[in-house]
Amino acid sequence: MTVIDTEILSAGSDRRGDLASGKAETVLSVEGLTVGTGRADLVIDVSLEVRAGETLCLVGESGCGKSLTCLAAMGLTSEPLIVRQGRISFLGQNLSSLSENQLADIRGRDMAMIFQDATAALNPVRRVGMQIAEVLVVHRGLSWRQAEKQAIELIASVGIPEPDLRAKAFPHQLSGGMCQRIMIAMALACRPKLLIADEATTALDVTTQAQILRLMRELQAETDAAMIFVTHDLGVVAEIADRVAVMYSGRVVETATVDELFENPLHPYTRGLMACRLHATTTSHGRIAAIEGTVPSPSRRPEGCSFRPRCSFAKDTCLTLPALAPVVGNHRAACHFAGDFA
Amino acid sequence: MMRLQFILTKLLRGLLTLLLAVTFVFIVLRVSGDPVSMMLPDDTPPAIVAEYRAAWGLDKTVPEQYVRFIWSALHGDLGYSFRDDRPALTVVLERVPMTLLLGVCGFIITVVIGLFAGIAAALKRGTSVDHAAMAFSIFGHSMPNFFLAILMILLFSMTWRLLPSSGGATWWHLILPAVTLGIINAGTVARFTRSSMLEVLHQPYMRTARAKGLRLTRRVMSHAIPNAAIPVVTVLGLRLGGLIAGAVVVETVFAWPGIGLMLVNAVGQRDLPVVQTIVLLVALTMVITNFIVDLTYGWLDPRIENRPNKEG
Repeated sequence: MTVIDTEILSAGSDRRGDLASGKAETVLSVEGLTVGTGRADLVIDVSLEVRAGETLCLVGESGCGKSLTCLAAMGLTSEPLIVRQGRISFLGQNLSSLSENQLADIRGRDMAMIFQDATAALNPVRRVGMQIAEVLVVHRGLSWRQAEKQAIELIASVGIPEPDLRAKAFPHQLSGGMCQRIMIAMALACRPKLLIADEATTALDVTTQAQILRLMRELQAETDAAMIFVTHDLGVVAEIADRVAVMYSGRVVETATVDELFENPLHPYTRGLMACRLHATTTSHGRIAAIEGTVPSPSRRPEGCSFRPRCSFAKDTCLTLPALAPVVGNHRAACHFAGDFA
Repeated sequence: MMRLQFILTKLLRGLLTLLLAVTFVFIVLRVSGDPVSMMLPDDTPPAIVAEYRAAWGLDKTVPEQYVRFIWSALHGDLGYSFRDDRPALTVVLERVPMTLLLGVCGFIITVVIGLFAGIAAALKRGTSVDHAAMAFSIFGHSMPNFFLAILMILLFSMTWRLLPSSGGATWWHLILPAVTLGIINAGTVARFTRSSMLEVLHQPYMRTARAKGLRLTRRVMSHAIPNAAIPVVTVLGLRLGGLIAGAVVVETVFAWPGIGLMLVNAVGQRDLPVVQTIVLLVALTMVITNFIVDLTYGWLDPRIENRPNKEG
């Protein structure tokens, strides 16, 4: 678990006032996105929006469609996954209207992605400096010599000591945390307007995780990029998010600002997640709270609300699918009884 | 330190391989018939037969002959050809350039066709391109080389009368045997390239390459191929060593004047020193190509630690 305490929560919220006004430009908007294989839909009717300088956290259990939503946003879904429906617009441009080569020009330059397992996500037989430089060669038209020089600066900027030496290393010669920093440096090489981090810190130990989160926040503040941060760790959410979208079984079930969400979770699933968090106090009770049951398989989702079989509040009305509707202000939840919790 | 030990081990193993190959051939040749009675007419007087036996050292026991052979081989003397009385090594080396020419041309055809077909099949998996490439691969793999050679002669020499069928007088003579050798080996190479590429294409770093905004050509050339190269280089190495050996049949069918044809003739004529020399030479090329392939691994994949590493 991440170090999570109220100190970090309050430290984060100072920064959030600037965004609340909503004046910043919308960088990415996803409307009604449905992604699936031939057999089942894995992401259903997901709508998201993220503005410049804002961090949106996608939260949910493994397999709820978080990563897939991100891949679709980057246009990186490939067989057997198909985007069935939905519109993804990036800086006002409809991505589905672009050719693969036009998309390639945007990727890495205006939108970049940081993957979960950086050690595997880096090419094992090429030096890391070259891998970063390649982005600059392709998108900025730099010569290899210039690009490699700039790559060393980028490596330094993500806090790796002896950057000129590290640039010559192969991924297997670096630790997981270093590889993750290299990935971040690579993603930030062209100062993208949108940064998608898919479980970017999950594989790292707590100390490294905290360092990387701080680093990403600093770099984001510097470039005013929009960021989508995928995680299943509420500690990370508290630390980095401005707004949160909670996903369950392929759908967004709740969206709110991070403060609203932590103060007053409206969806029973979110409430369950919150209860599962490890507090310093829980250890004395000895038992860790858990949500009963398991996530339904995408091919066998229950009728109506997917969370119904695991929900202690479920009634007959839950057999009809609840819409993701505003409950308090812009705090939305897909639950028939969300109003009762407000 | 690691490197020195690695090279020494490889060297020792290589020498052992050579010794085993030569020993095997030596023994098989001695027990498979008497060269003297093969080469001299049936009514040769026994005294003359005995004289030849003594001259070629065949009057000694097999272990004795073996010790003498190894001893002189270590001194660079591989014996004299029974047929033309010159050192066997000289006789064989005269033919080596022709075999090398054929082998290298065949190898180039193998590499070009094999890699191209394999990569195309992997990129277009499940399409007609893939099916066609794999059908070709199975064809190359399962077709006996002598049979393909005969088919080639039938088509290109007999039916269409486009190319000469035998000999090595002009460049035109090179085409049929080289293509035959190339196609036979390209099948295997294509298969390995395809499976190796398919494995690599699904690796997370290929998705990263796409997320970086690299186009297909760059993703394949600078990210997929370097990673897919190791198994392919292994097969290519084996094929390169095997091309010399594989040329035996093809050279015979096309009467290409290389060491392969010479080997077949020498076996028939019981010219033992020549056979032994050729086998030693073929084994040597195998050992050397293997050694080179092993060295290449460290260069292709930095994770294999057999070269000094600055970052270490």
